[in-house]
Amino acid sequence: MADTVKLPEDSFKPISADDRAALDSEKIAAPSLTFAQDAWRRLKKNKGAWASLIVLAIVFLMAFGSIFVSPHDPNATNPSYANLPSKIPGININGFNGTLVQAGQRIDAYKQAGASNVHYIMGTDYLGRDLFSRVLYGTRVSLIIALVATLFDLTIGVAYGMFSGWKGGRIDTFMQRVIEIILSIPNLVVIVLLILILKPGMLSIIIAIALTSWTNMARLVRAQTLELKEQEFILAARTLGERPMKIAFKHLLPNLSSVIIINTMFTIPNAIFFEATLSYIGIGISSPQASLGTLLNDGQKNFQFLPYQMWWPAVVLSIIMLAFNLLGDGLRDAFDPRTKE
Amino acid sequence: MAKYLAKRIFYLILTLFIVITVTFFLMKLLPGTPLTNQAKLSKSQIALIYEQYGLNKPVWQQYLLYLAGAVKGDFGTSFQFSDQPVSYLISSRIGPSLQIGLQAMVVGVVIGIIVGAFGAMKQNTWVDSTTTVVSILGISIPSFVLAVLLQYYLGLKAGWFPIAEWGGFIYTVLPTLALGAQPLAESARFVRTEMVDVLSSDYIELAKAKGLSKTGVIFHHALRNSLIPLITIVGPLAVNIMTGSMVVENIFSIPGIGEQFVKSVLTNDYPTIMGLTIVYSFMLCVVLLFTDILYGIVDPRIRITGKAN
Repeated sequence: MADTVKLPEDSFKPISADDRAALDSEKIAAPSLTFAQDAWRRLKKNKGAWASLIVLAIVFLMAFGSIFVSPHDPNATNPSYANLPSKIPGININGFNGTLVQAGQRIDAYKQAGASNVHYIMGTDYLGRDLFSRVLYGTRVSLIIALVATLFDLTIGVAYGMFSGWKGGRIDTFMQRVIEIILSIPNLVVIVLLILILKPGMLSIIIAIALTSWTNMARLVRAQTLELKEQEFILAARTLGERPMKIAFKHLLPNLSSVIIINTMFTIPNAIFFEATLSYIGIGISSPQASLGTLLNDGQKNFQFLPYQMWWPAVVLSIIMLAFNLLGDGLRDAFDPRTKE
Repeated sequence: MAKYLAKRIFYLILTLFIVITVTFFLMKLLPGTPLTNQAKLSKSQIALIYEQYGLNKPVWQQYLLYLAGAVKGDFGTSFQFSDQPVSYLISSRIGPSLQIGLQAMVVGVVIGIIVGAFGAMKQNTWVDSTTTVVSILGISIPSFVLAVLLQYYLGLKAGWFPIAEWGGFIYTVLPTLALGAQPLAESARFVRTEMVDVLSSDYIELAKAKGLSKTGVIFHHALRNSLIPLITIVGPLAVNIMTGSMVVENIFSIPGIGEQFVKSVLTNDYPTIMGLTIVYSFMLCVVLLFTDILYGIVDPRIRITGKAN
């Protein structure tokens, strides 16, 4: 025990400056990340959000890709192939193999219609139009409406919120009162009134949704602006005589970006929902144009006998809404790690 | 408090006044006349009809008359049902809508609280994941899709509940479920987040350290404090239910104001649309006022100056 271990002299030697630089323990292991990189890294860790991002990418690709490549013409009618159930080649599960129950017996609807060499992935509707192509088309219309409405939301909402927060005082109070008045009428009622005046159609739906959905964005942006404008870097910019417009774009907007992005992710599904509701009650998109709402409305009429005609658009609509909601949640956690438990 | 209340009621009246004014002039902007077959009527007949409905007067007179009527709850006569006052149409139909709306709110929020509290208690277990999935699904599936599915599977296939129409309590079950899903999901999510926050705070640690039972800590300390902010989402939830009811009432053919609103829109029944718009915003204003006041009473930390962040 008392013996000390004798180590050979030559196992120790002083390190040179070059060696020290090469030493691992002295290195900063992780590269320094910008705010966006950091958020992106956290987002990738969130499985739900990451899956949603992929699902949305696929949905967008398919919906907009179908302008160029569509399995069938979404508007081409073919009465002899009407109401065929969905048939996916290679899958033999009832519901996906082209059979349906008629008078208590399961029959092959494709054979009956004399269409044994074609297959419709989601079946056909009452006019023999390919449901898959129509769902792609409808998804595209719904997405366009939502995206354009969101664009308005971004411009009007952000500008209103920033102006209100920046000015403060009486102007701010007045502008907040205006928002409170708008918020005290249910959005759908306002949208319906506007559509009545503008004549139903895609453009009026976009305008109506855009005019009503910016309030939430404006409130959030205002609250954030109120907080930001008290901070030193804004004070510095003002002291140096920067023009307010430049401060808004160069200093405020980047710091508001996370609030804006997160809120956008919740505005889009809202817009899709409003559009679907309007089309469902019959004052939205009119035929032969289709949206997810009109497809749901068409499908619901035959739900008892041809349930697939409603199931497909309902599933697609729900998946899109789900993906946007999950992505929104993920982005919120990614941008603001404090909210994550 | 009294001063605050007076101010809020003043704003409520101001809001309603603006809503009435805006809808009145919007309706005047609408293209077309209420007469569908104007070509078949002679000039004197048209003049007679216009006089009957007061449409021959200048617009500002019509507006003042409308305003004076609206204060007394008189919204004119329906175009669709020629001798029915709009106020009668609304008052005879508001009952079912209120019943379903309140039921959906209560059922949704109560179950939502339970689900959310369970999720927070069993944080990061399968219980938690299940509640998260349930709440995100509830938010993502539109109420009208849910309504059709419920109607078909529980109404038609299983035969447990009537498919449509309006009778006793049993008729309200399916619409309540369809409308309650969203409040359920929203409040479950909200309560879970709040409760996770509360559970990690010092006074919960103290309560645990004192040796209180787990249920005691959860019910007496955690749940109570996580429920207070829930009041703030009651307003948005009420909007959700009102919006949803327009479609859901149609699906279950319930004689409520949501169904009437859609019907009036499709038949260009302007006086009814205006009346219902005002009624909807009145209800929403009252809900918002009520929740704001309640919030101030329940949580004394909130100073009632109108500025809650």
